[in-house]
Amino acid sequence: MEPQNGDANNLDSKSTDAASGDAKIVDAKDAEARNVSPKVSQPRFRQMNRRELLKLTPVIALGAFAIPALREPLLKQGLRFSDWASGKLFRSGQLAPTFADSAVTPFEKFPINDYDVDDPGVIFENWTLSVSGEVQKPGEYSLSQIQALPRTRQNTRHVCVEGWDVIGRFGGTRLSEFMKLIGADTTALFITVSCADDYYESLDMATALHPQTLLCYEMYDQPLTREHGAPLRLNIPTKIGYKQAKYLTELKVTRVLDRVGYWEDQGYSWFYGL
Amino acid sequence: MSGALIEIEGAKGEESDETARAVYEHPLPVRLCHWVNSVALFVLIGSGLQIFRAFPSFGAKIPQKDLLHWPKSLAIGGWLGGALQWHLTFMWIYTATGLFYLGYQIFSGNYRQVLFLPRDLPDVWPMVKHYFFFGAKPAVKEAYNPLQKHAYTSVFALGVLSVLTGLAIWKPVQFSWLAYLMGGFHWARVWHFAIMWAILLFVFGHLVMVILHGWNNFVSMLSGWKKDPEYHPR
Repeated sequence: MEPQNGDANNLDSKSTDAASGDAKIVDAKDAEARNVSPKVSQPRFRQMNRRELLKLTPVIALGAFAIPALREPLLKQGLRFSDWASGKLFRSGQLAPTFADSAVTPFEKFPINDYDVDDPGVIFENWTLSVSGEVQKPGEYSLSQIQALPRTRQNTRHVCVEGWDVIGRFGGTRLSEFMKLIGADTTALFITVSCADDYYESLDMATALHPQTLLCYEMYDQPLTREHGAPLRLNIPTKIGYKQAKYLTELKVTRVLDRVGYWEDQGYSWFYGL
Repeated sequence: MSGALIEIEGAKGEESDETARAVYEHPLPVRLCHWVNSVALFVLIGSGLQIFRAFPSFGAKIPQKDLLHWPKSLAIGGWLGGALQWHLTFMWIYTATGLFYLGYQIFSGNYRQVLFLPRDLPDVWPMVKHYFFFGAKPAVKEAYNPLQKHAYTSVFALGVLSVLTGLAIWKPVQFSWLAYLMGGFHWARVWHFAIMWAILLFVFGHLVMVILHGWNNFVSMLSGWKKDPEYHPR
């Protein structure tokens, strides 16, 4: 739109500066300009409004989340970024809070969560943990071999992805101790486990070596019950509940993650460190 | 601080040759943050309520006493895993927007327009009287009246708290001191939920005021220019 006269033209250029976002015409140091209100025509004003409105178009990029074909890859990226950040935030020396015996949730109020069955029917007499991968001593390990390692007991919080939390008393051997026993290559990146109920999980090496990460065979100073994962489960106070697999049957130290985890494959976070 | 004041002349051929005034009230970064944040907040609240549906209680798991059954149709994500994906994606957008907004306000000096300060206190009561008890309308001196400043300052603080309580829930071990400040993981979850309702309360009041104040006011959050402002910018 053409300005209506020369005078307006002059002022028009000033207001264009203003519209460019750097609105400094009326400024304390520019006392004179304060009292001179630039005049613009109605059409010119509408144009200025439109131009400013157009500058908001980047916001429309968020609309990509409304397009089904783009939504899934975008959310996958968001989840991956969160997992990457979780890995960066993890500190090996940071211990999960521990609690007094009086703060522990009573055993009968410690929930039992599983994806399939409470009791996959493990035959204890025949049970061994099969160890494979980047280890010097692969093979079958009995429960008594694991129990011969130093025992650690801890009262720690168990947090479920659903939102509830309880404080439990767990006992077992540090996974790091067991890793020494089997001669695991700790430069390998991952530990994967398989379970009697076909559940499977994987851990990053830093978490596997964390002093509170246990191969757990006791809860509340008693041997694990079947519902809680007998004879051996993971107890990892620095991870969300679903990472702490029950009824372990296999453990593998690996550089390549061929299987991530049961819930991860449904779309949950892999790292999920607390 | 709001910037340019201009006069708008009636175009040739229009009946009136009266001039109107307009003021550039909302700088572009503020408008960008406002709209990105409204989308992020919508997604975070919707997905947060879906996450809440997985355990709609703040008590024990055994026995479980549900606080309320939020309808699935008013939640985002469809299931817990889906909602977590939305939440873990948009929490970054929300936090980044908040940090950018804070940085812009500080470095541009624009915070003087919106930050509620003790000197605004004397003007609070007349404004409350006007809004809630049919009192006379106080003179409009600047872009935001004291109650607006109070609301926008408070809701930013709530936004910061929503991020901090969220961080305590997401990382109660790495940020155990943060969870401790909130009374532990369990309470951090309570605060996170309560802060969401406080923000929703703001949004409700905000939308009511937007409707009451009409079109020119609404357009100003899109284009930055507020036509016929009731005040003369300093």
